[in-house]
Amino acid sequence: MPSVWVFAETADGVPKPIALELLTKARALGAAVAVAVGPGAGRAAEALAKYGATRIYVHEDEAFKDVVATPAVDLLARLFEKERPDLMLFGMTYEGRDIAARLSARLGVALIANATDVIKRNGSFAAVSPVFGGSMLVTTVPKAQPPVLILLRPKAITAEPASEPVAPQVEKIGDPVDTSKPAARVLRREKQKAQGPRLDDATVIVSGGRGLGAPENFKMLDELAGEIGAAVGASRAVVDAGWKPYSFQIGQTGKTVKPSVYIAVGISGAMQHTVGMKGAKTIIAINKDPEAPIFKLADLGVIGDVHKIVPQLIQEVRARKGK
Amino acid sequence: MNVVVCVKQIPDPNAPGKLHPESKRLVREGVDLILDPGDEHAVEAGLQIVEKEGGEVTVVSMGPPKAMDAIRRALAMGAARGILITDTALESSDALSTARAIAAAIKDRTFDLLICGTESTDGSSGAVPAQLAELLGLPLLSFAKRLEVADGKAVIDRQTDEGYDVVEAPLPAVVTVTGGINDARYPALRGIMQAKNKEIKQVGIAEIGLEGKAGKAALTQEVVEVVPAEARKAGEVVEDKGDGAKRIADFLQALKVI
Ligand SMILES: Cc1cc2nc3c(=O)[nH]c(=O)nc-3n(C[C@H](O)[C@H](O)[C@H](O)COP(=O)(O)OP(=O)(O)OC[C@H]3O[C@@H](n4cnc5c(N)ncnc54)[C@H](O)[C@@H]3O)c2cc1C
Ligand SMILES: Nc1ncnc2c1ncn2[C@@H]1O[C@H](COP(=O)(O)O)[C@@H](O)[C@H]1O
Repeated sequence: MPSVWVFAETADGVPKPIALELLTKARALGAAVAVAVGPGAGRAAEALAKYGATRIYVHEDEAFKDVVATPAVDLLARLFEKERPDLMLFGMTYEGRDIAARLSARLGVALIANATDVIKRNGSFAAVSPVFGGSMLVTTVPKAQPPVLILLRPKAITAEPASEPVAPQVEKIGDPVDTSKPAARVLRREKQKAQGPRLDDATVIVSGGRGLGAPENFKMLDELAGEIGAAVGASRAVVDAGWKPYSFQIGQTGKTVKPSVYIAVGISGAMQHTVGMKGAKTIIAINKDPEAPIFKLADLGVIGDVHKIVPQLIQEVRARKGK
Repeated sequence: MNVVVCVKQIPDPNAPGKLHPESKRLVREGVDLILDPGDEHAVEAGLQIVEKEGGEVTVVSMGPPKAMDAIRRALAMGAARGILITDTALESSDALSTARAIAAAIKDRTFDLLICGTESTDGSSGAVPAQLAELLGLPLLSFAKRLEVADGKAVIDRQTDEGYDVVEAPLPAVVTVTGGINDARYPALRGIMQAKNKEIKQVGIAEIGLEGKAGKAALTQEVVEVVPAEARKAGEVVEDKGDGAKRIADFLQALKVI
């Protein structure tokens, strides 16, 4: 059975959703092994095992938190020398990308980015990735010696606990982290306060585009979102215009979201946007242009003016909630 | 302060992209080729630093001879000189071969900063800069939405899911910039004229010592299949005749959102 490793990102001893998504895929492909680093990472072991990790390497040095990427690259390169995995999965995240890319250069192995699926093919693995705004899917195979490193997009895989989880073998690693080399160090973390659910976890998303006409009109989306417990997202056009910060952006160069309900308000539905939201269970669109491409994938499309419909919708929702 | 900026020439992203059915490579014929808009921000970031600290910006690109145009545009913005790595042996390079070629072409230059885009607009692997950093043994400051240099160090605001981290590294360092870092300048006529006289050095695979070690000869991966993605089906589209909001509310109620 091939050994499939996962770089399991954690925060305060809790696995990030991407770690569980990767493990769900890994255990379908072979024997899943997780690597979790940073202070408190060991506390995530139980949860990682629930999602199929049979072995978990833990290194809890502070350096993994403060020094970007390089300590993890050093650790993985050392572990690989002994254990020789066939495949390692990383999340296409800020952390995952830097680590996987550096590691591929150090080892001279294949790094396949942007994947939405990993499949078995001719005794090895292949990655499936969307191109051209998700209109086409390409399959890429490694040509170098193993391991293959694959970066999977968040939300591409639905995390599911293993049906028969086994007691994991937790291996604590304590070998010293080399912090003598020139490296990128985090001096300070700034968290922007957010209200309501996070885009990544929200079951309902209200998303605004250039059709809102002006940045202040996002207020009505905030209001609507507040009434229905939704998170607010945005198209790149409004992010580029500076109406909303980048963290709101949904699409090819932004976030991939998979809510139950996605409400697109004044968004044309360009491929680069829809690739990030077409996994939503239900899509509702409001747009004044009957030809807008968003209507091609909406379950309910309303042709009309957002400035009229959204305020009415807020009233309507309030009235129904009052009943 | 010597700054090297990596720039890539890409097919105009506003024209729909096509892959050649057999070679599985991007069809470049008949498509406008432009300097990647993401890399314009990298050039701008480099120019702003040398304007403040003194020094020069050198741009490097790997690509077909036509990629000269992308370099020329960066020179028109204000970069001092260009290097074009071009060789038929480098066709169909993957990210790692690209990084190897760029690293080999610049490893003997002394520079303080190597600036790249976070990801190319066409390939968007976002791998080349980190691979370059590893090959050159340099720290990487990625996803910068602010960049400053002082006292032999570079400091960035690094984009995160919750906000940003302030991250520091000693020089020389590799930096990747996001689109939000600056507004890239538009080349002025004077810049365009001056660019015509600036030096663009062309190097092939032999000059950078990579014969048999990059491009086709050293691929780590290969595209084997391209298929159309499954499309989502459209549902009901209605015109708002004053009842649009009500229709949506009904729908949301049926979905138990309300
Ligand atoms: C490489 C690349 C990557 C990209 N990545 C992303 C990405 O990650 N995310 C993303 O979103 N985009 C991305 N884009 C940009 C994308 O192609 C579109 O340009 C963008 O999504 C358009 O945003 P929009 O729909 O808000 O604006 P527009 O295209 O301007 O559409 C506005 C819509 O609002 C409608 N409208 C106007 N006024 C009203 C009104 N009063 N009432 C109702 N409707 C109204 C219009 O009919 C129109 O359909 C990318 C592009 C490229 C080339
Ligand atoms: N062929 C190339 N020539 C020069 N720079 C490149 C090339 N490919 C990628 N880069 C640089 O690496 C960045 C990220 O590209 P990528 O890893 O392809 O997504 C780009 O924004 C460029 O700065």
